[in-house]
Amino acid sequence: MLHPVPRLKESPSQTAGPYVHIGMTPNFCDLPGVYAADMGSTMINGDVEGERITLNIRLIDGAGVPLSDGLIEIWQADASGSFVAPGSDSVPAFTGWGRQASNADGVTIFETIKPGRVAGPDGKPMAPHVSLWIVARGINIGLQTRLYFEDEAEANEGDFVLNKIMDKRRRQTLIARKEAGARYVLDIHLQGEKETVFFDI
Amino acid sequence: MSGIILPGADGALYQRDRAWHPAADTPGYKSTTFRAPKHSLLALGPTKSEMSGPTFGHEKLGALDNDLIRNFSQDGTEAIGQRMIVYGQVLDENARAVPGTLVEFWQANAGGRYRHKKEAYLAALDPNFAGFGRAVTDENGFYSFRTVKPGAYPWPNGGNDWRPAHIHFSVFGHAFAQRLITQMYFEGDPMIWQCPIVATINDKAAIDQLTARLDRHNTTPMDALAYRFDIVLRGRRSTMFENKLEGN
Repeated sequence: MLHPVPRLKESPSQTAGPYVHIGMTPNFCDLPGVYAADMGSTMINGDVEGERITLNIRLIDGAGVPLSDGLIEIWQADASGSFVAPGSDSVPAFTGWGRQASNADGVTIFETIKPGRVAGPDGKPMAPHVSLWIVARGINIGLQTRLYFEDEAEANEGDFVLNKIMDKRRRQTLIARKEAGARYVLDIHLQGEKETVFFDI
Repeated sequence: MSGIILPGADGALYQRDRAWHPAADTPGYKSTTFRAPKHSLLALGPTKSEMSGPTFGHEKLGALDNDLIRNFSQDGTEAIGQRMIVYGQVLDENARAVPGTLVEFWQANAGGRYRHKKEAYLAALDPNFAGFGRAVTDENGFYSFRTVKPGAYPWPNGGNDWRPAHIHFSVFGHAFAQRLITQMYFEGDPMIWQCPIVATINDKAAIDQLTARLDRHNTTPMDALAYRFDIVLRGRRSTMFENKLEGN
């Protein structure tokens, strides 16, 4: 039987709530002394191949108000398009995984490297992208989306996932614009006219 | 193990049953009003990007990371409240243990007060309780921690809404697409059934799945009660050529 019926149901999601920082970024919310550092706060440890970039991701609700209590995790390939090998006991030079809470302006900031291309389900390379997972008060189940780069227009044009978005205008909601200093800026609109495309993965 | 391909080792994840999970827009929980996407989610087949995920083998957990009674103690004094051990197994939908995965948890103190700068509830802080910890599941998928039972607390939703006693959980699994945050409630708490956040879940059986059981067998006599809370993450379908004869 290729597709057996699952025997258990997945535990249902609940909101992370307004105090998610206590458990996930305690140092950020002035609770030092238990963990040496917040997990995921540093993605680069030492010499790493690739272009250093900064991601500025802003969360905005359906009333146009930035979320000052959101939290984003990102997961991405390294510059060669590989994901960190599982089971590694030593600190990886590049973790591929980051976690940041949004600041008073609703912005999370990640210092990372530009990801390489990863093979898509059709065997062709997907455009460089970063996977995002967003939680906050008022979000009952984590929202999954991706960040692409505006200076990869040609790769974006052929990307497996972007091409699944039928309304081409909405593809733009996933593409970060480039600013000076290798800074990529993306607004995530949870709701409304500019609503970001979210995935069921 | 060469020659044996475990079912589900690298198959796609089962589709999430989004009728079992809460919907995005649940008006009884007012904060969802402007934070729920209105467009449908885009169904995306699994790609390498979501079928892989971070591992934390290199993270050194502190000796007290899973002891909330002592991990914030200022002078050796232990936290105030009903002492208890919370433990359970992390499984996937195929009832297979999920070993070596990170479980994080956070909660209010015995009086229902969170140690957070934005929290203004008048119940007192406990100087020796921060309310968070973490653990990595063992080879059989088990985690455990020691804490005090959190109190209920009021919140600005309806005119007189109170959260039931609960502990927040964050679990990773082995794929980014398995990432899950949920809340654990306590068996027999009448406040479960009046909570607008609990009520974002439609199915009573799904709510029951978030309700930890008192486990007298694992209590520490004259010290701490025990509650068991198992967590189920998304499972993987079998791969095409797995050779387990009896299926799974």
